[in-house]
Amino acid sequence: MTNGTAIVVGASHAGAQLAASLRQEGWDGEVVLLGDEATLPYQRPPLSKAYLAGKSTLQELTIRKAEFYAKQQIQLVDARVESIDRARGRVVLEGGRTLPYDKLALCTGGRARRLTIPGADLSGVHYLRTFADVEQIRESSQLGRRAVIIGGGYIGLETAASLHALGLDVTVVEAAERVLERVTALEVSAFYERIHRDAGVTIHTGAVVEALSGEDRVRGVRLADGDELAADLVIVGIGIEPNTELAAAAGLLVDDGVVIDDHARTSDHDIVAAGDCASHLMGRYGRRIRLESVPSAGEQAKVAAATLCGNDRTIRALPWFWSDQYEVKLQIAGLNTGYDEVVLSGDPISDRDFSCFYLRAGELIAADCVNRPRDFVFSKRTIAQGLPVDRAELLTAGAT
Amino acid sequence: MGVVTFVSHDGEKHEAPLDEGQSLMQIAVDNMVPGIDGDCGGEAACGTCHVIVDAHWSDTVGLSEPVEEEMLSMNPERQPTSRLSCQMRVSQEWDGLIVQLPEFQM
Repeated sequence: MTNGTAIVVGASHAGAQLAASLRQEGWDGEVVLLGDEATLPYQRPPLSKAYLAGKSTLQELTIRKAEFYAKQQIQLVDARVESIDRARGRVVLEGGRTLPYDKLALCTGGRARRLTIPGADLSGVHYLRTFADVEQIRESSQLGRRAVIIGGGYIGLETAASLHALGLDVTVVEAAERVLERVTALEVSAFYERIHRDAGVTIHTGAVVEALSGEDRVRGVRLADGDELAADLVIVGIGIEPNTELAAAAGLLVDDGVVIDDHARTSDHDIVAAGDCASHLMGRYGRRIRLESVPSAGEQAKVAAATLCGNDRTIRALPWFWSDQYEVKLQIAGLNTGYDEVVLSGDPISDRDFSCFYLRAGELIAADCVNRPRDFVFSKRTIAQGLPVDRAELLTAGAT
Repeated sequence: MGVVTFVSHDGEKHEAPLDEGQSLMQIAVDNMVPGIDGDCGGEAACGTCHVIVDAHWSDTVGLSEPVEEEMLSMNPERQPTSRLSCQMRVSQEWDGLIVQLPEFQM
Protein backbone atom coordinates (compact mmCIF):
# COMPACT_ATOMS: atom_id res chain seq x y z
CA MET A 1 0.00 0.00 0.00
CA THR A 2 1.41 3.36 -0.95
CA ASN A 3 -1.46 5.83 -1.16
CA GLY A 4 -2.67 5.87 2.44
CA THR A 5 -6.25 6.77 3.33
CA ALA A 6 -8.65 8.82 1.23
CA ILE A 7 -11.80 10.04 2.93
CA VAL A 8 -14.74 11.20 0.87
CA VAL A 9 -17.26 13.33 2.77
CA GLY A 10 -20.71 13.03 1.22
CA ALA A 11 -22.14 9.96 -0.51
CA SER A 12 -24.36 11.28 -3.24
CA HIS A 13 -23.55 11.58 -6.97
CA ALA A 14 -20.20 13.32 -6.58
CA GLY A 15 -19.00 11.30 -3.59
CA ALA A 16 -20.02 7.92 -4.98
CA GLN A 17 -18.36 8.67 -8.32
CA LEU A 18 -15.25 10.03 -6.65
CA ALA A 19 -14.79 6.91 -4.52
CA ALA A 20 -15.26 4.63 -7.55
CA SER A 21 -12.96 6.78 -9.68
CA LEU A 22 -10.22 6.62 -7.04
CA ARG A 23 -10.04 2.88 -7.68
CA GLN A 24 -10.20 3.37 -11.42
CA GLU A 25 -7.34 5.89 -11.22
CA GLY A 26 -5.22 3.48 -9.20
CA TRP A 27 -5.64 4.49 -5.55
CA ASP A 28 -4.39 1.42 -3.64
CA GLY A 29 -4.93 2.65 -0.09
CA GLU A 30 -8.09 2.79 1.95
CA VAL A 31 -11.15 4.57 0.61
CA VAL A 32 -13.77 5.67 3.12
CA LEU A 33 -17.07 7.10 1.89
CA LEU A 34 -18.98 8.98 4.58
CA GLY A 35 -22.71 9.55 4.10
CA ASP A 36 -25.50 10.59 6.42
CA GLU A 37 -28.58 9.14 4.71
CA ALA A 38 -28.22 5.47 5.72
CA THR A 39 -28.86 4.33 2.16
CA LEU A 40 -26.58 3.28 -0.65
CA PRO A 41 -25.75 6.25 -2.90
CA TYR A 42 -28.76 6.84 -5.14
CA GLN A 43 -29.84 8.93 -8.12
CA ARG A 44 -31.36 12.20 -6.97
CA PRO A 45 -32.89 13.57 -10.22
CA PRO A 46 -35.69 10.95 -10.39
CA LEU A 47 -36.87 11.88 -6.89
CA SER A 48 -39.06 14.70 -8.19
CA LYS A 49 -39.82 12.83 -11.42
CA ALA A 50 -40.41 9.09 -11.88
CA TYR A 51 -39.84 8.16 -8.24
CA LEU A 52 -42.33 10.63 -6.78
CA ALA A 53 -44.84 9.64 -9.45
CA GLY A 54 -44.48 6.02 -8.27
CA LYS A 55 -42.88 4.80 -11.48
CA SER A 56 -39.63 3.55 -9.97
CA THR A 57 -38.36 2.01 -6.73
CA LEU A 58 -35.51 3.01 -4.41
CA GLN A 59 -33.66 -0.09 -5.56
CA GLU A 60 -33.82 1.16 -9.14
CA LEU A 61 -32.43 4.49 -7.98
CA THR A 62 -29.37 2.93 -6.39
CA ILE A 63 -26.30 4.05 -8.35
CA ARG A 64 -24.34 0.87 -7.62
CA LYS A 65 -25.17 -2.23 -5.64
CA ALA A 66 -23.68 -2.98 -2.20
CA GLU A 67 -21.46 -5.68 -3.72
CA PHE A 68 -19.69 -3.05 -5.79
CA TYR A 69 -18.42 -1.20 -2.74
CA ALA A 70 -17.38 -4.45 -1.06
CA LYS A 71 -15.54 -5.65 -4.14
CA GLN A 72 -13.78 -2.31 -4.61
CA GLN A 73 -12.98 -2.12 -0.90
CA ILE A 74 -14.78 1.16 -0.48
CA GLN A 75 -15.94 1.47 3.12
CA LEU A 76 -19.36 3.04 3.34
CA VAL A 77 -19.79 4.66 6.73
CA ASP A 78 -23.02 6.21 7.96
CA ALA A 79 -21.75 9.26 9.83
CA ARG A 80 -21.83 13.04 9.87
CA VAL A 81 -18.63 15.00 9.92
CA GLU A 82 -18.44 17.69 12.56
CA SER A 83 -15.14 19.28 11.64
CA ILE A 84 -11.96 18.95 9.64
CA ASP A 85 -8.66 19.19 11.50
CA ARG A 86 -6.27 20.05 8.69
CA ALA A 87 -3.26 20.49 10.97
CA ARG A 88 -3.50 16.89 12.15
CA GLY A 89 -4.97 15.55 8.89
CA ARG A 90 -8.12 14.10 10.31
CA VAL A 91 -11.88 14.52 10.32
CA VAL A 92 -13.91 14.60 13.51
CA LEU A 93 -17.23 12.77 13.37
CA GLU A 94 -20.34 13.60 15.34
CA GLY A 95 -19.87 11.81 18.63
CA GLY A 96 -16.19 12.65 18.76
CA ARG A 97 -14.64 9.79 16.79
CA THR A 98 -11.75 10.88 14.58
CA LEU A 99 -10.59 9.45 11.27
CA PRO A 100 -7.13 10.25 9.89
CA TYR A 101 -6.77 11.02 6.19
CA ASP A 102 -3.96 11.47 3.75
CA LYS A 103 -6.28 12.98 1.14
CA LEU A 104 -9.74 14.38 1.66
CA ALA A 105 -12.61 14.97 -0.77
CA LEU A 106 -15.53 17.26 0.04
CA CYS A 107 -18.73 16.24 -1.76
CA THR A 108 -21.12 17.72 0.75
CA GLY A 109 -23.71 18.86 -1.77
CA GLY A 110 -26.48 21.22 -0.84
CA ARG A 111 -29.63 21.39 1.21
CA ALA A 112 -33.06 22.72 0.31
CA ARG A 113 -33.38 26.40 1.11
CA ARG A 114 -35.86 26.83 3.96
CA LEU A 115 -38.85 29.11 4.07
CA THR A 116 -38.61 31.64 6.87
CA ILE A 117 -42.18 32.97 6.90
CA PRO A 118 -44.75 32.42 9.67
CA GLY A 119 -46.13 28.87 9.61
CA ALA A 120 -43.12 27.42 7.83
CA ASP A 121 -42.65 24.82 10.58
CA LEU A 122 -46.21 23.42 10.41
CA SER A 123 -46.50 19.75 9.67
CA GLY A 124 -47.41 19.03 6.07
CA VAL A 125 -44.77 21.49 4.83
CA HIS A 126 -42.12 19.62 2.86
CA TYR A 127 -38.92 20.06 0.93
CA LEU A 128 -37.65 17.82 -1.81
CA ARG A 129 -34.00 16.89 -1.75
CA THR A 130 -33.70 13.42 -0.30
CA PHE A 131 -35.34 10.02 -0.50
CA ALA A 132 -36.66 10.58 3.04
CA ASP A 133 -38.27 13.87 1.90
CA VAL A 134 -40.18 12.02 -0.82
CA GLU A 135 -41.39 9.40 1.63
CA GLN A 136 -42.82 12.19 3.79
CA ILE A 137 -44.46 13.86 0.81
CA ARG A 138 -46.06 10.54 -0.10
CA GLU A 139 -47.42 10.12 3.42
CA SER A 140 -48.80 13.64 3.43
CA SER A 141 -50.43 13.10 0.07
CA GLN A 142 -52.54 10.36 1.62
CA LEU A 143 -54.09 12.89 4.00
CA GLY A 144 -55.53 15.31 1.48
CA ARG A 145 -55.70 16.14 -2.19
CA ARG A 146 -54.76 19.79 -2.34
CA ALA A 147 -51.05 20.38 -2.89
CA VAL A 148 -49.54 23.84 -3.11
CA ILE A 149 -46.02 24.08 -4.46
CA ILE A 150 -44.02 27.16 -3.58
CA GLY A 151 -41.50 27.90 -6.30
CA GLY A 152 -41.85 27.59 -10.08
CA GLY A 153 -38.33 26.37 -10.81
CA TYR A 154 -37.47 22.94 -12.19
CA ILE A 155 -37.97 21.12 -8.89
CA GLY A 156 -41.31 22.82 -8.30
CA LEU A 157 -42.59 22.14 -11.81
CA GLU A 158 -41.39 18.53 -11.88
CA THR A 159 -43.03 17.98 -8.51
CA ALA A 160 -46.23 19.54 -9.82
CA ALA A 161 -46.31 17.14 -12.76
CA SER A 162 -45.56 14.12 -10.56
CA LEU A 163 -48.18 14.98 -7.92
CA HIS A 164 -50.69 15.64 -10.67
CA ALA A 165 -49.94 12.14 -12.00
CA LEU A 166 -50.74 10.83 -8.51
CA GLY A 167 -54.18 12.42 -8.77
CA LEU A 168 -53.68 15.47 -6.55
CA ASP A 169 -55.04 18.97 -7.17
CA VAL A 170 -51.89 20.99 -7.70
CA THR A 171 -51.26 24.73 -7.50
CA VAL A 172 -47.87 26.31 -8.16
CA VAL A 173 -47.06 29.69 -6.63
CA GLU A 174 -44.17 31.63 -8.14
CA ALA A 175 -43.01 35.06 -6.91
CA ALA A 176 -41.50 36.12 -10.24
CA GLU A 177 -43.60 37.19 -13.22
CA ARG A 178 -43.09 33.81 -14.90
CA VAL A 179 -41.96 30.30 -14.05
CA LEU A 180 -38.30 29.38 -14.71
CA GLU A 181 -37.55 33.10 -14.98
CA ARG A 182 -33.98 32.76 -13.75
CA VAL A 183 -33.01 30.06 -16.23
CA THR A 184 -34.92 30.30 -19.50
CA ALA A 185 -36.22 32.68 -22.15
CA LEU A 186 -39.75 34.07 -22.03
CA GLU A 187 -40.97 31.64 -24.70
CA VAL A 188 -39.84 28.59 -22.75
CA SER A 189 -41.47 29.83 -19.56
CA ALA A 190 -44.70 30.43 -21.47
CA PHE A 191 -44.56 26.91 -22.88
CA TYR A 192 -44.22 25.34 -19.44
CA GLU A 193 -47.03 27.46 -18.01
CA ARG A 194 -49.20 26.29 -20.89
CA ILE A 195 -48.53 22.57 -20.54
CA HIS A 196 -49.13 22.68 -16.80
CA ARG A 197 -52.37 24.61 -17.22
CA ASP A 198 -53.46 22.24 -19.99
CA ALA A 199 -52.90 19.36 -17.60
CA GLY A 200 -55.08 21.04 -14.99
CA VAL A 201 -52.41 22.48 -12.70
CA THR A 202 -53.08 26.02 -11.45
CA ILE A 203 -50.16 28.45 -11.72
CA HIS A 204 -50.00 31.80 -9.92
CA THR A 205 -47.12 34.00 -11.02
CA GLY A 206 -46.14 37.29 -9.41
CA ALA A 207 -47.53 35.76 -6.23
CA VAL A 208 -45.54 36.28 -3.05
CA VAL A 209 -46.26 33.96 -0.15
CA GLU A 210 -46.68 35.80 3.13
CA ALA A 211 -47.52 33.04 5.57
CA LEU A 212 -48.69 29.47 5.95
CA SER A 213 -51.75 28.98 8.08
CA GLY A 214 -53.06 26.10 10.16
CA GLU A 215 -53.23 24.95 13.75
CA ASP A 216 -50.83 22.10 13.75
CA ARG A 217 -50.99 20.94 10.17
CA VAL A 218 -50.82 23.34 7.28
CA ARG A 219 -54.27 24.31 5.96
CA GLY A 220 -53.58 27.27 3.74
CA VAL A 221 -51.09 29.46 1.94
CA ARG A 222 -51.61 33.19 2.35
CA LEU A 223 -50.43 35.45 -0.45
CA ALA A 224 -49.28 39.06 -0.11
CA ASP A 225 -52.33 40.27 -2.07
CA GLY A 226 -54.58 38.78 0.61
CA ASP A 227 -55.66 35.66 -1.26
CA GLU A 228 -55.60 32.41 0.66
CA LEU A 229 -55.08 29.08 -1.08
CA ALA A 230 -56.39 25.98 0.67
CA ALA A 231 -53.70 23.35 1.12
CA ASP A 232 -53.39 19.87 2.60
CA LEU A 233 -49.71 19.77 1.87
CA VAL A 234 -47.13 22.32 0.80
CA ILE A 235 -43.90 21.59 -1.01
CA VAL A 236 -41.23 24.24 -1.01
CA GLY A 237 -38.86 24.34 -3.98
CA ILE A 238 -37.00 27.63 -3.71
CA GLY A 239 -33.49 26.46 -4.48
CA ILE A 240 -30.65 24.93 -2.58
CA GLU A 241 -27.89 26.23 -0.36
CA PRO A 242 -24.46 24.66 -0.64
CA ASN A 243 -23.11 22.79 2.38
CA THR A 244 -19.87 24.74 2.76
CA GLU A 245 -19.75 25.21 6.53
CA LEU A 246 -17.22 22.41 7.09
CA ALA A 247 -14.87 23.83 4.49
CA ALA A 248 -15.25 27.40 5.74
CA ALA A 249 -14.65 26.40 9.36
CA ALA A 250 -11.50 24.57 8.26
CA GLY A 251 -10.24 27.79 6.66
CA LEU A 252 -10.67 26.71 3.02
CA LEU A 253 -11.51 29.40 0.50
CA VAL A 254 -15.28 29.59 0.01
CA ASP A 255 -17.05 31.87 -2.45
CA ASP A 256 -20.66 30.70 -2.68
CA GLY A 257 -19.20 27.19 -3.02
CA VAL A 258 -15.92 25.66 -1.98
CA VAL A 259 -13.43 27.21 -4.39
CA ILE A 260 -11.77 24.66 -6.69
CA ASP A 261 -9.32 24.95 -9.58
CA ASP A 262 -9.36 23.09 -12.91
CA HIS A 263 -8.05 19.99 -11.12
CA ALA A 264 -10.81 20.15 -8.48
CA ARG A 265 -8.28 21.14 -5.82
CA THR A 266 -9.37 23.43 -3.00
CA SER A 267 -7.05 26.03 -1.52
CA ASP A 268 -5.49 23.09 0.41
CA HIS A 269 -3.97 20.76 -2.18
CA ASP A 270 -4.58 17.67 -0.04
CA ILE A 271 -8.28 18.42 -0.26
CA VAL A 272 -10.45 18.29 -3.38
CA ALA A 273 -14.12 19.15 -3.75
CA ALA A 274 -16.78 18.24 -6.31
CA GLY A 275 -20.47 18.62 -7.01
CA ASP A 276 -23.12 21.06 -5.82
CA CYS A 277 -20.87 22.35 -3.01
CA ALA A 278 -18.02 23.34 -5.33
CA SER A 279 -17.42 26.62 -7.10
CA HIS A 280 -15.22 26.37 -10.18
CA LEU A 281 -13.69 29.16 -12.25
CA MET A 282 -14.90 27.97 -15.63
CA GLY A 283 -12.63 29.07 -18.45
CA ARG A 284 -15.51 28.77 -20.88
CA TYR A 285 -17.49 31.41 -19.00
CA GLY A 286 -14.65 33.42 -17.47
CA ARG A 287 -16.17 33.34 -14.01
CA ARG A 288 -16.65 31.24 -10.94
CA ILE A 289 -19.77 29.08 -11.14
CA ARG A 290 -21.36 26.66 -8.72
CA LEU A 291 -23.32 24.24 -10.89
CA GLU A 292 -26.18 22.17 -9.54
CA SER A 293 -25.96 19.37 -12.04
CA VAL A 294 -25.45 15.62 -11.86
CA PRO A 295 -23.29 15.37 -15.00
CA SER A 296 -21.09 18.17 -13.72
CA ALA A 297 -20.79 16.53 -10.30
CA GLY A 298 -19.73 13.34 -12.06
CA GLU A 299 -17.09 15.06 -14.12
CA GLN A 300 -15.67 17.06 -11.24
CA ALA A 301 -15.53 13.86 -9.18
CA LYS A 302 -13.61 12.00 -11.87
CA VAL A 303 -11.15 14.85 -12.18
CA ALA A 304 -10.81 15.12 -8.40
CA ALA A 305 -10.05 11.39 -8.12
CA ALA A 306 -7.43 11.64 -10.87
CA THR A 307 -5.85 14.60 -9.08
CA LEU A 308 -5.62 12.72 -5.79
CA CYS A 309 -3.94 9.85 -7.61
CA GLY A 310 -1.42 12.19 -9.22
CA ASN A 311 -2.93 11.94 -12.70
CA ASP A 312 -3.46 15.01 -14.82
CA ARG A 313 -7.09 15.69 -15.76
CA THR A 314 -8.99 18.95 -15.96
CA ILE A 315 -12.63 19.95 -15.66
CA ARG A 316 -13.82 21.11 -19.05
CA ALA A 317 -17.11 19.50 -20.10
CA LEU A 318 -19.99 21.65 -21.23
CA PRO A 319 -22.67 21.89 -18.53
CA TRP A 320 -25.95 20.26 -19.42
CA PHE A 321 -29.21 19.53 -17.62
CA TRP A 322 -32.49 17.76 -18.15
CA SER A 323 -36.02 17.94 -16.81
CA ASP A 324 -39.01 15.60 -17.22
CA GLN A 325 -42.53 16.92 -16.83
CA TYR A 326 -45.52 14.92 -18.08
CA GLU A 327 -44.37 13.40 -21.36
CA VAL A 328 -42.18 16.40 -22.11
CA LYS A 329 -38.43 15.96 -21.91
CA LEU A 330 -36.33 19.10 -21.75
CA GLN A 331 -32.62 18.83 -22.43
CA ILE A 332 -30.46 21.88 -21.90
CA ALA A 333 -27.00 22.31 -23.38
CA GLY A 334 -24.74 25.04 -21.99
CA LEU A 335 -25.51 28.08 -19.84
CA ASN A 336 -27.45 30.89 -21.51
CA THR A 337 -26.00 33.70 -19.40
CA GLY A 338 -25.43 36.83 -21.46
CA TYR A 339 -27.36 35.83 -24.57
CA ASP A 340 -28.38 38.66 -26.90
CA GLU A 341 -30.54 36.72 -29.35
CA VAL A 342 -32.98 33.85 -29.29
CA VAL A 343 -33.73 31.64 -32.30
CA LEU A 344 -36.79 29.40 -32.07
CA SER A 345 -37.23 26.19 -34.01
CA GLY A 346 -40.84 25.06 -33.79
CA ASP A 347 -43.65 26.95 -32.11
CA PRO A 348 -43.75 26.95 -28.29
CA ILE A 349 -47.23 28.45 -28.37
CA SER A 350 -48.87 25.48 -30.08
CA ASP A 351 -46.37 22.60 -30.40
CA ARG A 352 -45.22 19.97 -27.92
CA ASP A 353 -41.72 20.03 -29.31
CA PHE A 354 -39.45 22.96 -30.09
CA SER A 355 -35.98 24.28 -29.41
CA CYS A 356 -34.86 27.63 -28.10
CA PHE A 357 -31.31 28.47 -29.17
CA TYR A 358 -29.41 31.16 -27.29
CA LEU A 359 -26.82 33.16 -29.18
CA ARG A 360 -24.31 35.77 -28.17
CA ALA A 361 -22.68 37.84 -30.91
CA GLY A 362 -23.89 35.25 -33.41
CA GLU A 363 -22.34 32.32 -31.57
CA LEU A 364 -24.44 29.49 -30.15
CA ILE A 365 -23.94 29.41 -26.35
CA ALA A 366 -26.90 27.36 -25.10
CA ALA A 367 -30.06 25.55 -26.15
CA ASP A 368 -33.26 24.47 -24.43
CA CYS A 369 -34.54 21.48 -26.42
CA VAL A 370 -38.07 20.34 -25.68
CA ASN A 371 -38.78 16.82 -26.97
CA ARG A 372 -36.00 17.50 -29.49
CA PRO A 373 -33.11 15.18 -28.61
CA ARG A 374 -31.54 15.71 -32.03
CA ASP A 375 -31.32 19.44 -31.47
CA PHE A 376 -29.80 18.75 -28.08
CA VAL A 377 -27.10 16.46 -29.44
CA PHE A 378 -26.36 18.92 -32.22
CA SER A 379 -26.20 21.87 -29.82
CA LYS A 380 -24.08 20.13 -27.23
CA ARG A 381 -21.47 19.23 -29.81
CA THR A 382 -21.58 22.57 -31.57
CA ILE A 383 -21.19 24.54 -28.34
CA ALA A 384 -18.60 22.24 -26.78
CA GLN A 385 -16.41 22.39 -29.86
CA GLY A 386 -17.10 26.05 -30.58
CA LEU A 387 -18.24 25.25 -34.13
CA PRO A 388 -19.68 28.05 -36.25
CA VAL A 389 -23.40 27.87 -36.91
CA ASP A 390 -25.74 29.57 -39.31
CA ARG A 391 -29.36 30.20 -38.49
CA ALA A 392 -30.73 28.02 -41.25
CA GLU A 393 -28.79 25.12 -39.80
CA LEU A 394 -30.32 25.72 -36.38
CA LEU A 395 -33.79 25.49 -37.82
CA THR A 396 -33.12 22.18 -39.55
CA ALA A 397 -30.70 20.50 -37.14
CA GLY A 398 -33.23 18.38 -35.35
CA ALA A 399 -35.92 18.20 -37.99
CA THR A 400 -37.12 14.66 -38.37
CA MET B 1 -23.56 -16.46 -15.26
CA GLY B 2 -22.50 -15.42 -18.73
CA VAL B 3 -20.07 -12.78 -19.79
CA VAL B 4 -20.14 -9.62 -21.90
CA THR B 5 -17.06 -7.98 -23.38
CA PHE B 6 -16.68 -4.25 -23.84
CA VAL B 7 -13.94 -3.33 -26.30
CA SER B 8 -12.59 0.19 -25.96
CA HIS B 9 -11.77 2.35 -28.96
CA ASP B 10 -8.07 1.44 -28.65
CA GLY B 11 -8.82 -2.28 -28.49
CA GLU B 12 -8.63 -2.88 -24.75
CA LYS B 13 -11.06 -5.56 -23.56
CA HIS B 14 -13.15 -5.41 -20.38
CA GLU B 15 -15.16 -8.46 -19.44
CA ALA B 16 -18.11 -8.20 -17.10
CA PRO B 17 -20.54 -10.79 -15.73
CA LEU B 18 -23.86 -10.84 -17.55
CA ASP B 19 -26.33 -9.90 -14.86
CA GLU B 20 -29.73 -10.85 -16.31
CA GLY B 21 -32.44 -8.21 -16.05
CA GLN B 22 -29.99 -5.32 -15.58
CA SER B 23 -29.35 -2.79 -18.29
CA LEU B 24 -26.07 -3.16 -20.13
CA MET B 25 -25.17 0.37 -18.95
CA GLN B 26 -25.65 -0.66 -15.30
CA ILE B 27 -23.39 -3.67 -15.84
CA ALA B 28 -20.70 -1.40 -17.26
CA VAL B 29 -21.06 1.04 -14.35
CA ASP B 30 -20.99 -1.75 -11.74
CA ASN B 31 -17.83 -3.11 -13.30
CA MET B 32 -16.17 0.26 -13.84
CA VAL B 33 -15.84 -0.20 -17.58
CA PRO B 34 -14.00 2.92 -18.74
CA GLY B 35 -15.78 4.85 -21.49
CA ILE B 36 -19.36 4.31 -20.30
CA ASP B 37 -20.52 7.27 -18.25
CA GLY B 38 -24.29 6.85 -17.92
CA ASP B 39 -24.60 10.46 -16.77
CA CYS B 40 -28.40 10.53 -16.68
CA GLY B 41 -28.77 7.21 -14.86
CA GLY B 42 -30.54 5.43 -17.70
CA GLU B 43 -33.16 7.84 -19.03
CA ALA B 44 -31.83 8.05 -22.59
CA ALA B 45 -31.29 11.75 -21.90
CA CYS B 46 -27.52 12.07 -22.21
CA GLY B 47 -26.19 9.63 -24.81
CA THR B 48 -23.07 8.85 -22.73
CA CYS B 49 -23.58 5.07 -22.76
CA HIS B 50 -23.28 4.61 -26.53
CA VAL B 51 -22.06 1.16 -27.61
CA ILE B 52 -21.67 -0.41 -31.03
CA VAL B 53 -22.92 -3.97 -31.04
CA ASP B 54 -20.71 -6.53 -32.77
CA ALA B 55 -22.33 -7.29 -36.14
CA HIS B 56 -22.72 -11.00 -35.29
CA TRP B 57 -24.80 -10.10 -32.27
CA SER B 58 -27.06 -7.57 -33.85
CA ASP B 59 -29.87 -10.01 -34.66
CA THR B 60 -29.90 -11.34 -31.09
CA VAL B 61 -29.89 -8.01 -29.23
CA GLY B 62 -31.78 -6.00 -31.84
CA LEU B 63 -31.31 -2.57 -33.35
CA SER B 64 -31.88 0.77 -31.64
CA GLU B 65 -35.37 1.74 -30.50
CA PRO B 66 -36.86 5.11 -31.56
CA VAL B 67 -35.94 6.76 -28.24
CA GLU B 68 -32.31 5.78 -28.77
CA GLU B 69 -32.42 6.80 -32.40
CA GLU B 70 -33.30 10.35 -31.37
CA MET B 71 -30.09 10.60 -29.36
CA LEU B 72 -27.88 8.63 -31.75
CA SER B 73 -28.81 10.08 -35.12
CA MET B 74 -26.74 13.26 -34.70
CA ASN B 75 -23.76 11.43 -33.21
CA PRO B 76 -20.76 11.47 -35.59
CA GLU B 77 -19.56 8.07 -34.29
CA ARG B 78 -22.89 6.46 -34.92
CA GLN B 79 -22.77 3.01 -36.65
CA PRO B 80 -25.66 0.88 -38.01
CA THR B 81 -25.59 -1.30 -34.86
CA SER B 82 -25.21 1.58 -32.39
CA ARG B 83 -27.29 1.38 -29.22
CA LEU B 84 -27.69 3.25 -25.96
CA SER B 85 -26.70 0.57 -23.46
CA CYS B 86 -29.09 1.97 -20.84
CA GLN B 87 -31.97 0.82 -23.05
CA MET B 88 -30.62 -2.73 -23.45
CA ARG B 89 -32.16 -5.12 -20.93
CA VAL B 90 -29.73 -8.01 -20.65
CA SER B 91 -30.94 -11.56 -21.23
CA GLN B 92 -29.16 -14.86 -20.61
CA GLU B 93 -29.00 -15.53 -24.35
CA TRP B 94 -26.52 -12.69 -24.60
CA ASP B 95 -23.71 -14.77 -23.08
CA GLY B 96 -20.57 -13.93 -25.07
CA LEU B 97 -21.87 -10.59 -26.34
CA ILE B 98 -19.22 -8.21 -27.63
CA VAL B 99 -19.76 -4.46 -27.92
CA GLN B 100 -17.35 -1.75 -29.07
CA LEU B 101 -17.12 1.63 -27.40
CA PRO B 102 -16.87 4.85 -29.40
CA GLU B 103 -13.81 7.08 -29.08
CA PHE B 104 -15.83 9.79 -27.38
CA GLN B 105 -19.12 9.72 -25.53
CA MET B 106 -21.53 12.61 -26.02
